[in-house]
Amino acid sequence: MIRFISLAALLLLWQIGASLSDPRRLPGPTAVFEKIYEEAVSGGLFFNLTITLARVVAAFALAMSFGSAIGYVMGRNKLADRLLDPWLVTLLNLPALVVIVLAYVWAGLTEVAAIGAVALNKLPNAIVVVREGARALDPHLEDMAHVFRFSPAARFKHLVLPQLAPYLAAATRSGLSLVWKIVLVVELLGRSNGVGFEINMAFQLFDMKLLLAYALPFVALMLGVETFLVQPLERHVSRWRRGVSRRLDRV
Amino acid sequence: MNDTSRAGGAASLDVSIASKDYYSAGGGPLRALQDLRLTLPAGQAGAVVGPSGCGKTTLLRLIAGLDKDYIGTIVLPEHGRLGMVFQEPRLLPWRSVIDNIRIAAPHAREDDIAALLDELGLAEHASHFPRELSLGLARRVALARALAVKPDLLLLDEPLVSLDAALAKDLREMIARLIDERRITTLIVTHDLREAIALADRIFLLSPRPARVVATLEVPAPRKQLEREAAAKIEAQARAIHQGISSPR
Ligand SMILES: Nc1ncnc2c1ncn2[C@@H]1O[C@H](COP(=O)(O)OP(=O)(O)O)[C@@H](O)[C@H]1O
Ligand SMILES: [Mg+2]
Repeated sequence: MIRFISLAALLLLWQIGASLSDPRRLPGPTAVFEKIYEEAVSGGLFFNLTITLARVVAAFALAMSFGSAIGYVMGRNKLADRLLDPWLVTLLNLPALVVIVLAYVWAGLTEVAAIGAVALNKLPNAIVVVREGARALDPHLEDMAHVFRFSPAARFKHLVLPQLAPYLAAATRSGLSLVWKIVLVVELLGRSNGVGFEINMAFQLFDMKLLLAYALPFVALMLGVETFLVQPLERHVSRWRRGVSRRLDRV
Repeated sequence: MNDTSRAGGAASLDVSIASKDYYSAGGGPLRALQDLRLTLPAGQAGAVVGPSGCGKTTLLRLIAGLDKDYIGTIVLPEHGRLGMVFQEPRLLPWRSVIDNIRIAAPHAREDDIAALLDELGLAEHASHFPRELSLGLARRVALARALAVKPDLLLLDEPLVSLDAALAKDLREMIARLIDERRITTLIVTHDLREAIALADRIFLLSPRPARVVATLEVPAPRKQLEREAAAKIEAQARAIHQGISSPR
């Protein structure tokens, strides 16, 4: 309810701001929603949203899987950590734009370069977070698993994964928001479709209605992914923590 | 140089440790065990009794194969399937009681697990998560888990520590019954001599750190209601030995 009021207030503020300024600078909500409808009917909106979302998913999946694997190894193995740490620090400090431009120069203006560049931007963050998780694995439980001769599969499923889950969730959350922002830049610089490309077009034509008509649905889409996918998943993996209040004091 | 092997033939536990050192970052090595020898016949319960910090947990970790950095030999019972109850329960907090047992004993039959839960008074807690359990209950779950793997050697590290008197008595009687029924070779670590007398067939008295076995006592009529006098006699005997080693020579 409070969220709804807050959202309504934002719309109202937007309406007031729009009525005070040049509609070419800041079009009002109605004009923008009309434009969204127009783009939706023409099919362009869904086409571009889908393409961008596909890039987000691909880059995110790549970065998370490689990042988790590398982060886990670095967290568990001192030699690997020492060996790879300078690379990690370099990658962490490389500006996103540099990675993107280099990728386009070396691999051409291709889909592979675009997705690879986004994944590479997210990769170091995933590594750092998962490495932290791997370092925090409980050695007591490790010993227990050793004594009871857990199979590697059981160790992974029942010991490692549940302990890494909060770290994976954190990496997912920060990762998604990072990835979708960078995907737009990549599209703007070197793709001929997607939300980033459309926003660039709108900028060239100074068409604020078109710009907002793409930006808003995309923000809404990512918000939806966060609320209806990421958060429920997080709650699901941490459900065992909720039992504390039910603690039984009788024996 | 160390060697952990499985005995053929008569299954028994045979420990002979020349030395076990810990190396801390700062100072020199810390000797935890020295010339520690003990033998436990198959199907018997042995109790290792010694003061806090003397090296009892260290000894169990060596026997369990969790620490291979020592000089000596350890011969485990045949097959060498281990069941262990750590000083803290060490359950997987994100899995229910019954799943904790299933995961540790993937080959156990469901009805065996159910019977075990029943026997330890855990049936109604099968679907609870470890955080919902008191320490006494969590210990029992850890015990059930160790028994579910049908161990050839059962290791118990201070199974009754930090339980109040009534709970400790319940659990002690439970463990005594299990030892009598199942005849599993069991090594119990404790700092409490009475607990050892109540549970074991033979008692290994340890010196303060670095630990070695200073005396091995046989308990007549183990785990039966030992006559008060007989129990008191063993206790006095053990205390005399302790006096002997801890007073300056
Ligand atoms: N990982 C370790 N590193 C260094 N010292 C240790 C370590 N574990 C135990 N110790 C030391 O070894 C001695 C014996 O410890 P422990 O076996 O836990 O004793 P107990 O179980 O009899 O109370 C203690 O002095 C303890 O501080
Ligand atoms: Mg101990």
